[in-house]
Amino acid sequence: MRSLVIARLVIREGARRRLLLALLILTLIVIALTGWGFSRIPTITQRGAPLPDLQVKLIASQFLILTMFMFSFVLAMAAVFVAAPQISGEVESGTALAILSRPIGRAEYVIGKWLGLTALVAVYAGGAAAIEIGVVNAVIGYIPPEPVAFLGFAIAEGLVIMSLALLLSTRLSGMVGGVIALVLFGIAWIGGIVGGIGAAFDNAGITHVATATKLILPTDGLWRGAVYALEPQALVGAQAGTVSAANPFYASSAAPLAFELYVVGWVALVLALAVVSFREREP
Amino acid sequence: MESVAPAIRTDELAKRYGRITALAGLTMSIPAGDVFGFLGPNGAGKTTAVKLLLGLARPSSGEAWVLGAPVSDRTAHRRARRGVGYLPELFRYQHWLSAREVLRVHCELIDLDRAAWDAEIKDALGIVGLAERADDRVGGYSKGMQQRLGLGVALLGRPALGRHDVREVIRALKARGTTVFLNSHLLTEVEQVCDRVAFVDKGRVVQVGTLAELLVADSVRIRATGLDNGAHEALRSFGDPQREGEWLVVRGIAADRVPDLVRAIVERGGRVHAVEPRHESLEDRFLSLLEKPRKSDA
Repeated sequence: MRSLVIARLVIREGARRRLLLALLILTLIVIALTGWGFSRIPTITQRGAPLPDLQVKLIASQFLILTMFMFSFVLAMAAVFVAAPQISGEVESGTALAILSRPIGRAEYVIGKWLGLTALVAVYAGGAAAIEIGVVNAVIGYIPPEPVAFLGFAIAEGLVIMSLALLLSTRLSGMVGGVIALVLFGIAWIGGIVGGIGAAFDNAGITHVATATKLILPTDGLWRGAVYALEPQALVGAQAGTVSAANPFYASSAAPLAFELYVVGWVALVLALAVVSFREREP
Repeated sequence: MESVAPAIRTDELAKRYGRITALAGLTMSIPAGDVFGFLGPNGAGKTTAVKLLLGLARPSSGEAWVLGAPVSDRTAHRRARRGVGYLPELFRYQHWLSAREVLRVHCELIDLDRAAWDAEIKDALGIVGLAERADDRVGGYSKGMQQRLGLGVALLGRPALGRHDVREVIRALKARGTTVFLNSHLLTEVEQVCDRVAFVDKGRVVQVGTLAELLVADSVRIRATGLDNGAHEALRSFGDPQREGEWLVVRGIAADRVPDLVRAIVERGGRVHAVEPRHESLEDRFLSLLEKPRKSDA
């Protein structure tokens, strides 16, 4: 399967050009710093007395959500930076000519790129999140309710934004495609907050707009799914029904199965569009 | 003599980008085993033709067959590309890989039997003279080395040869029966290795033939004064006379007729100051064709 040749090239490029090394070092630094931060939580005192265990766990859960938000943001940015020039860059430099004149189809080429990027996203997202959760557990003995589900949502969020950037890369230069992907990512994020406000104030118009942005680029919906997997039940119960639905670091309910299936379909559709788009491109 | 299927055939192959015609209608046939020079000025459509042949771009009209497979049939054409080695003008390879790794990627892309890779790569590296730098990153290569790597990539899937020079490689490929399609503006290079040549201009083949056919025309330059206007016509029986200032250039004249030409000039009252017989080079021929392309398009 020639797609795998291309996928391996993508992974090898990530490794050889020290992308993975840079991410690994920075991530380890961040994990070390946050690990130290987590270790300080139990030392917080209230009127001279240490906080009750439940409250420590609640603070830890909030802190973990913030940390993970930072990771998901880094993941999205990194995925865009790597995916946006992935095809356009090779076409511009001429590297694509040597590959595409071989007996390889355009679909195999695009799918190979996608598979390689998927591996990079999964390794980074899975690795960073797993280490962070492990460090937090080691430092203060807190484990979020559904770490595996969280990993799934975090990786899916990276895959969605990466797939979009790859689609743009079939036609636009890395710079343009990257900017567009990041702006859409930002709009989806804001859309989620706006939708929360709409829901809190029962405003159907605002809610619909937010739902639309969530469907056009499902990154924020996936982020909410990831947050929900990190929230202790006590927290969900305490905040239910308040304006906090607009809080981007909070989710009031698990992502519905229909949404998860929608995301699978969304990624498949974007990948298919990328294949069709690149099939007509003449390098 | 032998009637083998052409390695490359095109039939009114055309490519338009919007209003711009990159290739107007290319019709040619390249027999298997030929070393074929594809010549033309910048913008003649050479690169476009190559892209169409490789399936990198799709024709607006017309058809082309590569190793028997039509470019319009993507699946068949893709399969046929296994037998095609391509050295792009812009030879850029993954600079973070070593030469050996680049060659390995291409071995895999052309479905070469895995057991044959090492020998194949060793041969290719030896032929292009990169054996000693095979494990260095391509990013550190000079332009010349990158081009040699490109040649090595193009050679994969073909058995061993043994020289470093591009021309030698081409000659050796020919000896093995490989068809070589040389898209070039380096006329001397083409002249030295090609059996047959096509001149392309404005997206069409202006003339095609063996070097012997195209270069039959020897010419002579004569500096002559005192010739009247009618002399031109009278000298036409010797070849194709053209005035270049004081010089009269007669193309297509047989060498043993030069003395007769001089006598004819003198008999018409001309004064001959100098006579320079010339063997026409491909470049001369090329330039003369471009100057009056339609007239000579017989």
